[in-house]
Amino acid sequence: MSLPAHLTAPVLWTVAAVVAALALATALAAWRRARDPEGARELWLRVRSWWVMVAVFAVAVLLGPRASIVFLAFVSYLALKEYLSLIPTRRADRRVLFWAYLAIPVQYWWVADAWYGMFVIFIPVYMFLLLPARMVLAGETRGFLRAAGTLHWGLMSTVFALSHAAYLLALPPEGNPVGGRAGLLLYLVLLTELNDVAQYVWGRLLGRRPVVPRVSPRKTVEGLAGGVATTVALAVLLAPWLTPLAPLEALGAGLLIGLGGFAGDVTLSAVKRDIGVKDSGTLIPGHGGVLDRVDSLTYSAPLFFHYVVYLHY
Amino acid sequence: MSSTCTTEADGPAPLAQALFFALVVRPLVLVVLGLNVRGRERLPRRGPAVLVANHNSHLDTLILMSLYPLRALRRVRPVAAADYFLRTRWLAWFARRVMGIVPVARGAARGADPLAGAEAALARGEILILYPEGTRGEPERLARFKGGVARLAERHPQVPFHPVYIHGAGKALPKGEALLVPFFCDVLVGEPLRWNGSRRAFREALEARMRALAAEGGFPPWE
Repeated sequence: MSLPAHLTAPVLWTVAAVVAALALATALAAWRRARDPEGARELWLRVRSWWVMVAVFAVAVLLGPRASIVFLAFVSYLALKEYLSLIPTRRADRRVLFWAYLAIPVQYWWVADAWYGMFVIFIPVYMFLLLPARMVLAGETRGFLRAAGTLHWGLMSTVFALSHAAYLLALPPEGNPVGGRAGLLLYLVLLTELNDVAQYVWGRLLGRRPVVPRVSPRKTVEGLAGGVATTVALAVLLAPWLTPLAPLEALGAGLLIGLGGFAGDVTLSAVKRDIGVKDSGTLIPGHGGVLDRVDSLTYSAPLFFHYVVYLHY
Repeated sequence: MSSTCTTEADGPAPLAQALFFALVVRPLVLVVLGLNVRGRERLPRRGPAVLVANHNSHLDTLILMSLYPLRALRRVRPVAAADYFLRTRWLAWFARRVMGIVPVARGAARGADPLAGAEAALARGEILILYPEGTRGEPERLARFKGGVARLAERHPQVPFHPVYIHGAGKALPKGEALLVPFFCDVLVGEPLRWNGSRRAFREALEARMRALAAEGGFPPWE
């Protein structure tokens, strides 16, 4: 049987392994739930949501690069919408926000077109200049700087940073003969999400000393160290199948994803604490909002992207 | 019931309504906007009942009706101003047949009872959507309630009035704007209230419950 050009055997095996791992987690959650229905409610919801997220992401990846890019653009849309609904915005800027949304299709167009130059400057330069100029037309100067700053921060995190995950699909396929185009994306997303889970689990098992007590009191040194170690181990293990990275390079990738993911997580925690909410939304039962799920990716995606491009493209 | 507003022939056309909600309203409300619903289990499943909501946007009715399954839609009836929604033939057709509105005459009632249509709907066991602020008004601000809601409660003391607070719709599509800007919308459903013996006390109790729901959401002012 020959596979479509965008898929490789390692990608399919990885998806199968994720499904198997999730089935195992579901069995574990079901067992805990049978003994303590109330206590395991959150865990059960979380596992159920993982099934939905894995299914949607897997279908997008299997359908090919176009579908994956559209899917990631939609994730950016949900994340930006959640962010703009969370932060205090000014009435005068209602139409400015519409322009900010328009940046999403444009940014992902550069990705689909593999136009690297535009991809990498469109939001940091052009949107950065355009939106404040459009805000001037609205004429409201009270809170101008805060509005311009918060809007740009949101665009950079939810659109610019996340779109780096999509650009992995636009890299020339010769660069990754074993894993193929989808290999790098799968590697990044899988390790980032597993890193979140591993940090949580290690923290629950051994966590004693908080890392950033004022921002996120439940994040501990032990959770961070255990999570990063787990991520590094998996990064080295999976690299030969999904990426062109040599073992030592994969170790570096694991560190970047582990530490970057942590930074993304606590940065959003700081934003939520500033605004005074616990979760960014209620879209994903057991997880919170979309931002709560992709916060780590906003850091790990650009870091991993530039690391791989520097080493192999 | 010989009211001019509520003969069965004027009610929603089930197929047109189901198609419009399945193909336009649901994608708009659930995907383009997105809802955070708190207290969904408190929504009345069957009538007679009244949903009392704040009103800042045309989206409010679409959002509230999206909380109900397609089959139940024809029994969920928004009470809407006849002078606005029946002003042209096409709009009137859409308002009556697709949205299933129960028209009320705003302002001076010329001998006719403005609540007759709403009362007939309650008598048929339907769920009314009522905006006691009377108009969409200032975006994301709660205005004082008008008297109709209390008069309706007085005449139907057994009917539950469910307060529902909507936040976000007034940002996404405020009065006078044609451009929709996506925002997640919050819907907070409160405990129902029944007639308590006095129009003024009933209105004030409803207003208080609405303010409590708004405070529960803790939404920053939109300025």
